[in-house]
Amino acid sequence: MSLPEKAREALETFTAAGGWEQRARLLMQWGERLEALTDAERSDANRVHGCESQVWLVGEMRDGHWHFRAASDARLIRGLLAVLLARVDGLPAAELATLDLADWFNQLGLARQLSPSRSNGLNAVLKKMAELAT
Amino acid sequence: MSLKSPWRSDFPALSALTAEGQTYLDSAATAQKPQAVLDALLGYYASGAANVHRAQHLPGERATRAFEGTRTQAAHWLNAASPAEILFTRGTTEAINLLAYGLEQLFQPGDELVISALEHHANLLPWQQLALRRQLKLVVLPLDDRGLIDLVRARELIGPRTRLLAVSQLSNVLGRWQPLTELLALARAQGALTVVDGAQGAVHGRHDVRAMGCDFYTFSSHKLYGPDGVGVLYGRGEALARLRHWQFGGEMVHTASYQAADFHGAPLGFEAGTPAIASVIGLGAALDYLGNLDQAAVAGHEAALHLKLLAGLAARDGVRLLGEPELALASFQVESVHNADLAHLLTEQGIAVRAGHHCAMPLMQTLGLSGAIRVSLGLYNDGTDLERFFGALDKALELLR
Repeated sequence: MSLPEKAREALETFTAAGGWEQRARLLMQWGERLEALTDAERSDANRVHGCESQVWLVGEMRDGHWHFRAASDARLIRGLLAVLLARVDGLPAAELATLDLADWFNQLGLARQLSPSRSNGLNAVLKKMAELAT
Repeated sequence: MSLKSPWRSDFPALSALTAEGQTYLDSAATAQKPQAVLDALLGYYASGAANVHRAQHLPGERATRAFEGTRTQAAHWLNAASPAEILFTRGTTEAINLLAYGLEQLFQPGDELVISALEHHANLLPWQQLALRRQLKLVVLPLDDRGLIDLVRARELIGPRTRLLAVSQLSNVLGRWQPLTELLALARAQGALTVVDGAQGAVHGRHDVRAMGCDFYTFSSHKLYGPDGVGVLYGRGEALARLRHWQFGGEMVHTASYQAADFHGAPLGFEAGTPAIASVIGLGAALDYLGNLDQAAVAGHEAALHLKLLAGLAARDGVRLLGEPELALASFQVESVHNADLAHLLTEQGIAVRAGHHCAMPLMQTLGLSGAIRVSLGLYNDGTDLERFFGALDKALELLR
């Protein structure tokens, strides 16, 4: 399974990060790259519940491939969304369904962000993504 | 000023957490346990577990004696008139649910239940749902700027239709003692029942329920340095007699046939099923441990830590404190910094604090906040814990701004 180009870039930069500080800086940089959502897209229907910050997720299928966009009012969550989208955007539906995203965050050194605590929003984002994709 | 806690070494978890690089400043959520409590838990299991109030055999007898011993201790701790006024529950939340169901038949549509704007969910949702079940009016007492229940408004809102007042002694977000003396007097003057939620208050100082003059008082063991899964509900004898049974099964029954049953009164009639025996015994050990400490020294240490916490927060730009906390904790927000971001970076640095709404969503809405960071203190915390927290806070803010 070949990695999308952006995902490869994420893997290279994050695995080279030398500690929590550098990872945090990288996350904030990646977060700034998220494509903006329109006001209309920041709707209740697109809200992901279970996040301490506000998160919106929009997904659409084009030619058998999933395309996601996301936004948050918190900077580090934006970064986490960015590295998540880097891994999943443009995948065929079948591949998305079987993808081990926990493993992806593990590889990036961000495994802790997937803690089962309900205050952590990333799991809710993954769940919503899976719901959209099925 | 180093502010060393002389009790820190009584808590093995503190050195375990320190070795892991963790600074524990979340005691308002749950407290670490002293060795004496761990010993009591292990001692009970290692010497032979048995159910209580059911068997004649030696282990059953021993467990029952230890279990009832805690009831007597809790009665002394709160200065209740009798151990029969102490009910064990799973925690504060269950105690308040017990009251909301057990008192339900006393209320008629249009009656008023009074709570305050600072209640955490445990002292809001059971009353809210009771109000919905019985078409009662839920009256919410507003707060003043310092985070105190507004007594002027309370005098207007507590009236002849008030049947029950349920308020927290100490807010888990705002950290202030509430004006209970005045509030309870207002409710009593209307003949209303009174419930004091001591979930946070019980942890900071001993309270005399008879002097307080409430009908019910409740707290959770796990915040009071005891095991989890057990809470204490004190009920004044006459008030307890008004409770209807709410959970059925086990030794709460007096006689039972297939079609009918009658039940024990308080306390056993309100302790359906097998209780958290080990935890109750552990709570006894926690009360013993706390009872042997120099209360003034504990209060002095906690006050000094709290001052240091407030001074440190005040010295930093853009920090906005919620209310004017007077002990135990401080909740705050930082201007133009998202709570979630700050919480994330504090976590990365091993600082264990709470972030979010602290189970008090309506209060956060009232304050116009999406959440806050809360630092809360236990008697085992040191000045160095706060220094590590402030170091991490500065680092986090430097990255975020």
